[in-house]
Amino acid sequence: MANINIKLKVWRQKDSQSKGQFEAYEVKQISTESSFLEMMDVLNEQLINDGNQPISFDHDCREGICGMCGLYINGRAHGPDLDVTTCQLHMRKFKDNDSITIEPWRAGGFPVIKDLMVDRSAFDKILQAGGFISVNTGGVPDANAIPISKDDAEEAMDAASCIGCGACVATCKNSSAMLFVSAKVSQLALLPQGRIEASRRAKNMLSAMDDLGFGNCTNTGACEVECPKGISVAHIARLNREFLVANLKD
Amino acid sequence: MSGFFKSSVGQKFLMSITGLFLIVFLLVHFTANFFLFFGSDAFNTVSHFMETNPIIQIMQPILAIGFLVHIIYSIILTIQNLKARPQKYVKFEQGHSSTWASRNMFILGSLIGIFLIMHIMNFFWKMKVSGSDLYTEVNVDGVMMHNSYALVTGLFTDASFGLVYSIAYILGAIFLGLHLSHAFWSAFQTIGWSNQVWRKRLEWIGNAYAIIIGVGFSIIPLYFLIFK
Amino acid sequence: MTKLNSKIPKGALKDKWTNYKDHQNLVNPTNKRKIDIIVVGTGLAGASAAASLGELGFNVKNFCYQDSPRRAHSIAAQGGINAAKNYPNDGDSVYRLFYDTIKGGDYRAREGNVYRLAEVSNSIIDQGVAQGIPFAREYGGLLDNRSFGGAQVSRTFYARGQTGQQLLLGAYGALNRQISKGTVKMYTRTELMDIVIIEGKARGIVTRNLVTGKVESHFGHAVVLATGGYGNVFFLSTNAMGSNGSAAWKAYKKGAFFGNPCYVQIHPTCIPVHGEFQSKLTLMSESLRNDGRIWVPAKKEDAQAIREGKKRPEDLKDEERDFYLERRYPAFGNLVPRDVASRAAKERCDAGFGVETGQAVYLDFKDAIARLGKSVIEERYGNLFQMYEKITDENPYETPMKIYPAIHYTMGGTWVDYELMTSVPGLFSIGEANFSDHGANRLGASALMQGLADGYFVLPYTIQNYLSDQHSVKRMNEDLPEFKKSEEEINNLIDKLMGIKGNRSVDSLHKELGHIMWDYVGMARNEKGLKTAIEKIKELKVEFWKNLRIPGDKNGINLELEKAIRLADFIELGDLMARDALLREESCGGHFREEHQTPEGEALRNDDKFMHASVWEYKGENEEPEMHKETLDYEEIEVKARNYK
Repeated sequence: MANINIKLKVWRQKDSQSKGQFEAYEVKQISTESSFLEMMDVLNEQLINDGNQPISFDHDCREGICGMCGLYINGRAHGPDLDVTTCQLHMRKFKDNDSITIEPWRAGGFPVIKDLMVDRSAFDKILQAGGFISVNTGGVPDANAIPISKDDAEEAMDAASCIGCGACVATCKNSSAMLFVSAKVSQLALLPQGRIEASRRAKNMLSAMDDLGFGNCTNTGACEVECPKGISVAHIARLNREFLVANLKD
Repeated sequence: MSGFFKSSVGQKFLMSITGLFLIVFLLVHFTANFFLFFGSDAFNTVSHFMETNPIIQIMQPILAIGFLVHIIYSIILTIQNLKARPQKYVKFEQGHSSTWASRNMFILGSLIGIFLIMHIMNFFWKMKVSGSDLYTEVNVDGVMMHNSYALVTGLFTDASFGLVYSIAYILGAIFLGLHLSHAFWSAFQTIGWSNQVWRKRLEWIGNAYAIIIGVGFSIIPLYFLIFK
Repeated sequence: MTKLNSKIPKGALKDKWTNYKDHQNLVNPTNKRKIDIIVVGTGLAGASAAASLGELGFNVKNFCYQDSPRRAHSIAAQGGINAAKNYPNDGDSVYRLFYDTIKGGDYRAREGNVYRLAEVSNSIIDQGVAQGIPFAREYGGLLDNRSFGGAQVSRTFYARGQTGQQLLLGAYGALNRQISKGTVKMYTRTELMDIVIIEGKARGIVTRNLVTGKVESHFGHAVVLATGGYGNVFFLSTNAMGSNGSAAWKAYKKGAFFGNPCYVQIHPTCIPVHGEFQSKLTLMSESLRNDGRIWVPAKKEDAQAIREGKKRPEDLKDEERDFYLERRYPAFGNLVPRDVASRAAKERCDAGFGVETGQAVYLDFKDAIARLGKSVIEERYGNLFQMYEKITDENPYETPMKIYPAIHYTMGGTWVDYELMTSVPGLFSIGEANFSDHGANRLGASALMQGLADGYFVLPYTIQNYLSDQHSVKRMNEDLPEFKKSEEEINNLIDKLMGIKGNRSVDSLHKELGHIMWDYVGMARNEKGLKTAIEKIKELKVEFWKNLRIPGDKNGINLELEKAIRLADFIELGDLMARDALLREESCGGHFREEHQTPEGEALRNDDKFMHASVWEYKGENEEPEMHKETLDYEEIEVKARNYK
């Protein structure tokens, strides 16, 4: 356990209408055992005690599963560690006297609403367009009536572990949302229950994605590296396949 | 299908289909060029075949359309991509998460485009339109044909500009190799023909192909520069 | 007694729910369209209820404070969900699940509700599979089960260590489908501020838009609270940072009784606290206890040497280790219920055998890795091990995990009857927000079961019994004086908080409350401590209203203001918890009174005096709340001392 001093450059923006700017801060004697957001808590406590405005950022579960946190730290979504969300990033990844630049997710589809908080409702809208299996509550068959191969279930689970944080969009040089869309399309396309409306789903979700101002995927693969859940771009290939086949049927 | 070519994936599909077509073209092109190493008669015979074969003649305008679609959609998609992030990051680190080539396909493509114009001026234009002092008729095994070999070697061994052209062609080949290093797998990914297993295979083939094309096309000017 | 009517249907236990459904009133399809239902919260209970009600044709308005319904903290549940499918053929049945739940809850839950829960549990698994939830499977393609604490059968279905996430995303998908159809209108980043009661019935809520700061009213023929638990009273807990008890507290102040506030679950397997700056505790799934063995050094000298870094845990031989759960509870071993496991850890640490800071024990996979191989362990718990390593920087494949109990779940909550309706007509409470099913201790993998049972299969029925005569009630205008008055009260509260302009941040006050609660109303409680807690909370409340500082202004996003509003309620809730704990002079489940234990240190119930739910009624600001008793009658179960030996 050690304590370090760090210099921060943080994006501050009053609201969605305002133009923002960077502000410089210093945090002294922060434990390397603390998480990045705990460091931000310490900074905010400092700001409040000095009569300043604390920095607004989204966060909730602080255990890497709710997908609410997401900061662009030193040029990387969720900062300099792999397979973690911002809340799981720990200060031991930084050295004494490091400078850290913190920016919000930047994408046309994710407008900034304050400081480091962005509006990710576009993701909800994409899922509302078809990211589900159309069954009502009740009246479904017994759970074991639909056998599913373990491999398919595992691959579907890989895709289903998406937490909707938006790191894929944030890190993509084109702000493309393909990894997010493909995770849901692929999960449901792999399962017999989901196959029934797979074509409809792929078309509707991609159409919603196109309408919401995300860019086009150029297969750089940066998204899967920065995805805190390590979701593979192989799911994007499946999405493309589903979409092509769906269009061929028309 | 109506909305397909307006959709993001549909437009990328066009990029990838035309790209795959161009990849096949490059292979044919490279195979033909390979005969340069076997002397003038061999190369001229191949060139003559290319000039006279009806399938190749039919493919020429299709190839031109392929290039145009690939270029036009690359511009459309790139503009959309730039618009998708109105405010840029101050710090943007991608070195660990993607290859340089994959992030700079448009720049590489533009450079290849510039090279292509020069390339067409050097050969296609002279062969089809303006003619050249070097592009005379020769007799190979009783068949009269153009001396394409002289036109090619003449460019690289030109006393005043041979070195400049050679370097330009080597650079062109390197840009092409880099472009292909991402393009090959990416094209298959976009048409949906990839998964965890095939990705590794396709990337391997793509890299091998990129090296063959990049190195192969570089050797030609080098060969003539050094040995002729 | 007259104030509490639990409305348990007549008949044999196993027929009650069927009888209820056969005879309840329903709302016909055309009338459903005329009825508005407000659902607050989008966790397992909220999302499943909103989606199911939307499917039935009601007009649903659904609210959450997060930026998306998918963020609700149900998402963090790891281990699994129970159901009495008996797929493994190991002797499970609805009755056995019911029995285990009652026993696990230390005989402090209502029989009728729990039996219904066990009855509908199987439908949840069917529903989840139909929704495309990728549950773990065998090679043959059928569903896999694992075992969990407090049960001798394997009845827990799981999706790696992310079962809550997958179940929530299933419900969220169903919710999204209704949103796209227009039957559910979603309000995100919107927090409940008050419940509006008109002519004795809940008729709507007042909310604050967390982006604009605007205080607004929403009408509903009925209001459903699915707002989760209040574990964050303790500041440090496994709950999300935003999880709060305000909705339940507002309901309490509007006349809804609060049941068993002192029942808090302390989860035995959490990553230990490491410093004062810590914001949150991370749970390591209880499923780890399937294969992990819990121990501390058998000798104090070894414990001390390890604390000082002179020895490594790997250095100790098996005979130098005290596998205290296996020693004390040979029948259940490492799989004893959570309350038992937590207290046993505390007992060892208090006795000086703890490691690290002294407040930690080991959870060791050495034997499991030797028996099954690293790859099997990786397949089962890979993501949990990775999470542990990211947080602690230690590799649990090589060195044992360090764990310690932490606040996890609140069994107490808004009192509800069999229909899940609170004591305010038209106000319902489901999921963790209500008090009903887990008694004094919840078994692992039962929270997901209860949340979804309430939301998918219970509330959509029972709420109709209430709404059947409500279709004639015209939609009310939100300009009615009741709404305006409530809005004004909320605006005044916000102005008052903003106007304090003292010196202390919300978090510093919250941490202070957390310390009081953990020290005196935590894992072990006694009369003196509880009285101290009540005094200290009183002082803290004064300090809060005198010395709070909220920077910024009330219009627009103000996270400090959001936290302050929640903390104001937590402080009052903390007081009620201490009072309830003080009155309950027995040990049961998660509530352990040091005065009431066996010579071996086991919890000692007092069934003669305390076989009841403590149900609290708000009597006004600065008035003593009144406690009512709901007597628990056990007809089907023989009440015994809980024995896991």
